[in-house]
Amino acid sequence: MALYSDKVMDHFRNPRNVGVIEDADGVGEVGNAKCGDIMKIYLKIQDDRIVDAKFETFGCGSAIASSSMATELIKGKPVSDALALTNQAVVEALDGLPTHKIHCSVLAEEAIKLALKDYYERNGIEYDKSQFPCCESCDHCSH
Amino acid sequence: MSIYVDNGATTKLSSKALSAMLPFFQEEYGNPSSLHSVGQRANEALTDARTRIAKVLNCDPKEIIFTSGGSEADNQAIRSAAMLGARKGKKHIISTAFEHHAVLHTLDKLKKQGYEITLLDVHEHGLVTAEQVRKAIREDTCLVTVMYANNEIGTIQPIEEIGAVCREKGVLFHTDAVQAVGHLKVDVQEQNIDMLSLSAHKFHGPKGIGVLYARKGILLEPLIEGGAQERGRRAGTENIPAIVGMAAALEEAVDGIEEKQLKLKGLRQKLIAGLSKIPHSVLNGDQNQRLPGNVHFCFEGIEGESLLLLLDDKGICASSGSACTSGSLDPSHVLLAIGRPHEIAHGSLRLSLSDENTEEEVDYIIEAVTDVVAYLRSISPVWRDLQAGIQDYIIK
Repeated sequence: MALYSDKVMDHFRNPRNVGVIEDADGVGEVGNAKCGDIMKIYLKIQDDRIVDAKFETFGCGSAIASSSMATELIKGKPVSDALALTNQAVVEALDGLPTHKIHCSVLAEEAIKLALKDYYERNGIEYDKSQFPCCESCDHCSH
Repeated sequence: MSIYVDNGATTKLSSKALSAMLPFFQEEYGNPSSLHSVGQRANEALTDARTRIAKVLNCDPKEIIFTSGGSEADNQAIRSAAMLGARKGKKHIISTAFEHHAVLHTLDKLKKQGYEITLLDVHEHGLVTAEQVRKAIREDTCLVTVMYANNEIGTIQPIEEIGAVCREKGVLFHTDAVQAVGHLKVDVQEQNIDMLSLSAHKFHGPKGIGVLYARKGILLEPLIEGGAQERGRRAGTENIPAIVGMAAALEEAVDGIEEKQLKLKGLRQKLIAGLSKIPHSVLNGDQNQRLPGNVHFCFEGIEGESLLLLLDDKGICASSGSACTSGSLDPSHVLLAIGRPHEIAHGSLRLSLSDENTEEEVDYIIEAVTDVVAYLRSISPVWRDLQAGIQDYIIK
């Protein structure tokens, strides 16, 4: 069996939504170069809807594919849907990830949540703090 | 199209080795321990292979033990020396920080059993000195084990000098020569080597077979108990086809070794020169004291696995030495040992050439790596921060 599913390889080879949104309404960055993955997600939000999402990723094949898939899954969706996106949904949409690569999908979920938190804070919108990752530390490796 | 530049991982079996092996599957399939003529012919082939390998290494055939490969040979050499040491109350072993895991993990286990391990610093260029070894040797040192050439960054250690220091001090010297045999000169007499590990598939021989050379008088502890094969030092019916293939491959590898080294060094230097033009890239390991076919780089702002996968799409089979591919998230202990920070160690690439590679392939590789690194940097937030001056470059 190959290391990655065809879906992962497709999103890795032809990542969707790569780039930067200069006038983003929310930006979230997670990970740590020491651990070998950094993900940065940019969101454009209008009328409580994700009208655009872009990403930049430093990381392995599954990190790039997870960012690509996660941005695809939230584009055009209400903010509440983006907030509810789980890493499991990203894994399923990619037809699975190897066990030691699951943390890449967790990074994608966390990056989106951080971007939404940034959006709420910029706009003074009340939000439930318990729904967000507490910090930007990397728990996935020993550094 | 496929360009194979991962010869440090394994090599293609040579045609000579293959044809030497073939008769031993269906024609001469006997067990060398059998008394009948079919068995005895297999035994003759075994003796012949042992003699030919001993000749290349410049030792006595009785000093050759066939093993399943380099890892087993490393394990047996170190454990045997440790047991011999313990009998004299000597439980200190000297090695280096960037050995293969077959050595390091064996040493870890011995540490748990009460041995003291000193791992020598390999410095920025990935080299140890005989002087470091001399200073580290104590009254209770029972073994020095230093690899001949590093498997990731290819640096060649001064084993002859290290061996001389060990002789002078009366300490056993083992070298893991898995990456060196068939590529560099090996002469266990001249190089003062007491024990040496080698693996056939690194020099165009078959997989699953190797040798532990142990100088006469060194009592080896069997890792596998059973029959009296290998004079009681390694039980199990001998893998005759593989042993015969290994002997053929070794002779072929050392035949004209100097011309092959020259050719490989030419390709290597061309690759190094080409890849050095990529901004914020760095060669790992000493520029000259390295295996003729080894090129190893770090590129700032990218991660090694993505690089490998995209190179594979372009038909280039390489490796990173980076964690991701091996299922661990920690970067290479070799790169950390030469002082590369984690951020840089993740973006590594090893290209290990064989004499089948060509100048045209090298040109293509330089172009492909340059393009893929540029692309991955274009989608990397780390690279954006470096370019914007938000972070400082580690590789200037």
